Amino acid sequence: MEQRQKFRIDTATPKEQKENMASPDLKTKLEILADAAKYDASCASSGAPKRDSKNGKGMGSTTGAGICHSYTPDGRCVSLLKILLTNSCIFDCTYCINRRSSNVRRARFTVDEVVGLTLEFYKRNYIEGLFLSSGIIRDADYTMEQLVAVARRLREEHHFRGYIHLKAIPEASQELIAQAGRHADRLSINIELPTETGLAQYAPEKKQTTIRGTMAKLKLRIDEVQAERKAPRFSPSGQSTQMIVGADGANDATILTTSAALYASYGLRRIYYSAFSPIPDSSRALPLKAPPLMREHRLYQADWLMRYYGFDSSEILAGDAAGMLDLEIDPKFAWALRNRAQFPLDVNAAPREMLLRVPGLGARTVDRMIETRRHKTLRLDDIARLKGAVKRARPFIVTPDHRPVQDLDSAAIRARLAPPPKQLSLF
Amino acid sequence: MYRVTIQNETSLPEFRDHVRTLIGARIKPRDVTFSTAESADLFGETPPADRKVPAFTVPGAYVELAQVVLSHRDPARFALLYELLWRLLHEDRKLMSIHSDPLLHKLRHMEKSVRRDLHKMTAFLRFRKVEDDDGELYIAWFEPQHLILGAAAAFFIKRFANMRWSILTPDGTLNWDTNALSYGPAVPKAQAPQDDAMEDWWRSYYASTFNPARVNPEMMRSEMPVRYWKNLPETSLIPGMIAAARARTGAMLDTAPTEPRKNKSGDIVMREFFASDAPQVSVIAGTLAALRAEAASCRRCPLYGHATQTVFGEGPERAPVVFVGEQPGDQEDLGGKPFIGPAGQMFDRALAEAGIARPMVYVTNAVKHFKFVPRGKKRIHQKPNAGEVEHCRWWLERELTLIQPKLVVALGATAVKALIGKDVKITEMRGRLLTIRDGLTLVATAHPSYLLRLPDAAVKAAEYGRFVEDLTAVARYLPEIAKTA
Repeated sequence: MEQRQKFRIDTATPKEQKENMASPDLKTKLEILADAAKYDASCASSGAPKRDSKNGKGMGSTTGAGICHSYTPDGRCVSLLKILLTNSCIFDCTYCINRRSSNVRRARFTVDEVVGLTLEFYKRNYIEGLFLSSGIIRDADYTMEQLVAVARRLREEHHFRGYIHLKAIPEASQELIAQAGRHADRLSINIELPTETGLAQYAPEKKQTTIRGTMAKLKLRIDEVQAERKAPRFSPSGQSTQMIVGADGANDATILTTSAALYASYGLRRIYYSAFSPIPDSSRALPLKAPPLMREHRLYQADWLMRYYGFDSSEILAGDAAGMLDLEIDPKFAWALRNRAQFPLDVNAAPREMLLRVPGLGARTVDRMIETRRHKTLRLDDIARLKGAVKRARPFIVTPDHRPVQDLDSAAIRARLAPPPKQLSLF
Repeated sequence: MYRVTIQNETSLPEFRDHVRTLIGARIKPRDVTFSTAESADLFGETPPADRKVPAFTVPGAYVELAQVVLSHRDPARFALLYELLWRLLHEDRKLMSIHSDPLLHKLRHMEKSVRRDLHKMTAFLRFRKVEDDDGELYIAWFEPQHLILGAAAAFFIKRFANMRWSILTPDGTLNWDTNALSYGPAVPKAQAPQDDAMEDWWRSYYASTFNPARVNPEMMRSEMPVRYWKNLPETSLIPGMIAAARARTGAMLDTAPTEPRKNKSGDIVMREFFASDAPQVSVIAGTLAALRAEAASCRRCPLYGHATQTVFGEGPERAPVVFVGEQPGDQEDLGGKPFIGPAGQMFDRALAEAGIARPMVYVTNAVKHFKFVPRGKKRIHQKPNAGEVEHCRWWLERELTLIQPKLVVALGATAVKALIGKDVKITEMRGRLLTIRDGLTLVATAHPSYLLRLPDAAVKAAEYGRFVEDLTAVARYLPEIAKTA
């Protein structure tokens, strides 16, 4: 009961109070607005500048690395209190559970309710902070103002030093975006779909030029603040975005090309790929089927190859007519099988950028191999210890005590190393 | 056989003192056993401590490793660490870099296990609130895998510095009173509070943020090992959530989908919006502002696909001179204005030196979208091809028609190509006035980004000088664009 009373402190305007009168009780609101927010995959709490609350005020800290405080049975991490301020929305994006035409139950938090929940959860070490987004109500500026109000109250009144991720609403004014960046560790704008045609088809009120234009403004602001020490804080943990996979007809090659351009253009920290998931009250315009989880997983792996393994977006699927990532084997393995002429590599001589292309060798393993080989010749059991298992790398590497069988063709290697094909199912 | 009895088993200073003595006495790893005070081995003699220990140094990487591994629960860790030290000093100073060495590999594995446990403690520890005479007190019960209580303290102090809290574990307790940290003896779990009103709210959140269509319990268990579950308030929900997932997903898939919403006129909304996005080439804009608005949705060539926006020209409606560059660059694409990046800044400087007021001139580009290839976090400029220049002439021609300048200055070969339709070298065009239509004269000079790319400083300075001379000639030709100040 004590908690309830705490959240009742309300500074809502008379109009807001009227809107709230018909609204469900707070716990039901939490259920509705957490459910409404769960289709956004981002839950990162890393990259914020180090802070703590040892100066006698407030609460919270950020260590630079994120912390996942729990995992739900979908295997996803729970790091932040991820909720919408409201799931009412004037937009009608076909893929979204909160679209104007959906029959989903609506709710709306007050600013104080979100602040209260964040602080109470944080004190008990349930979360790293808050990820707040919202349906668009009235107009973009009004909605953005509400999001900013929550972040400002947390930071200025409660001296909250935990992580805050705010959704930036592309159509909102620059002044509001600047305020959001002052309080948030990260801002994000969802690109939603990989192509402009897809966006026009499924998110008719959203414009790719507006989305990209806002990402560009965020990048300019983030760069400017990083270049100048005394500049006011602006989204120190950068920006990220999300693309829905499997709603429109874009193939993986298109998705990866779009991703590479987005990373290069706007310095995004992350692109999240979200397998289009069936929602209650879904639209007939979209595929009503199980989410393509394996495809999503392969896209993340390919994304990783572009960011940490020196692969160009065009190489990953070069030679694949359909432009789709292999669901059975990971994209690095698939690339190596298509490029057998580049292997096997002498692990005692090959440069780092080539070692990174060996299936089964991660960036950390490669770095340790390079450091070790300065002092000692690597043999197969050395690789096994560095790596944990050497089976996948074997056909692609040469050591003094190992040379792969030369006439083994790609199909044979694949047959030996790929997991037996199984029906991809939900359960 | 020698025997070392460790009092404080996670203390690096104590361990250091023991091994200094052992190294000083040249006691080989196989000739010593380590035991903790509780499991003290009564056999074996104490190493001679009075021997003068010669100074020796160990790599920082060893010290860092030892610091963490001492928190491991395995009693063998002292001997393993001593063996590594012995080999570092007597066999190979580079041993810390030989990651495939079986001993180092084993110790690194132990280090990883301790670090993971520390991380999981910051993640999975849950406080419960109680009230006492001094106000709110937050108490947690946690069962760490290793002896990490002391190592974990700093994290909780920084995060919850202004809360009073206690962390109870089977190895001892940590107490923070908003000022100082104190350690206490182990207490049974029964002494921890049994509930907290917020846990119901947390469970509601946990259940709601789960998407049953994505159920993947193996992934969950690998990240949140079952041994932590018994002290987590939310895990009691897991079996029910998994059991209901199939039915919930099935219900979503079986429910008939809603028809896409129709607007008042009966058309499907999405089609209406889609149509409005198509370029409207039928209307010829009568003003620069209208032309700019029209160009914003240009789809005449595929370059718009990955660019941020159309970067249209900028300057007065009746400018006497129009400068035409090649295409917007990275900064122009982000900012939406022409000539604001490094080349634009050089252009501004040269204009100023030539005595030309930038607000008096109109600047634009032959191609209005940025053409690039992504390279990691950078975009590499690509020269527009003949087709792209040709498609984009449509806009340039209309800009010139509306502005009606006396002079157009082509910056670089692409601009020349766009204006006269021919490939001509700048060296051949430079300094010549060419009438390209009634009342419109063309002059060509270098593109400022060409100047920026010149590697040789002397050549660069000379070329920049020529560029300023060309602009000075423009200023003489059109006295009305001179700076007044």
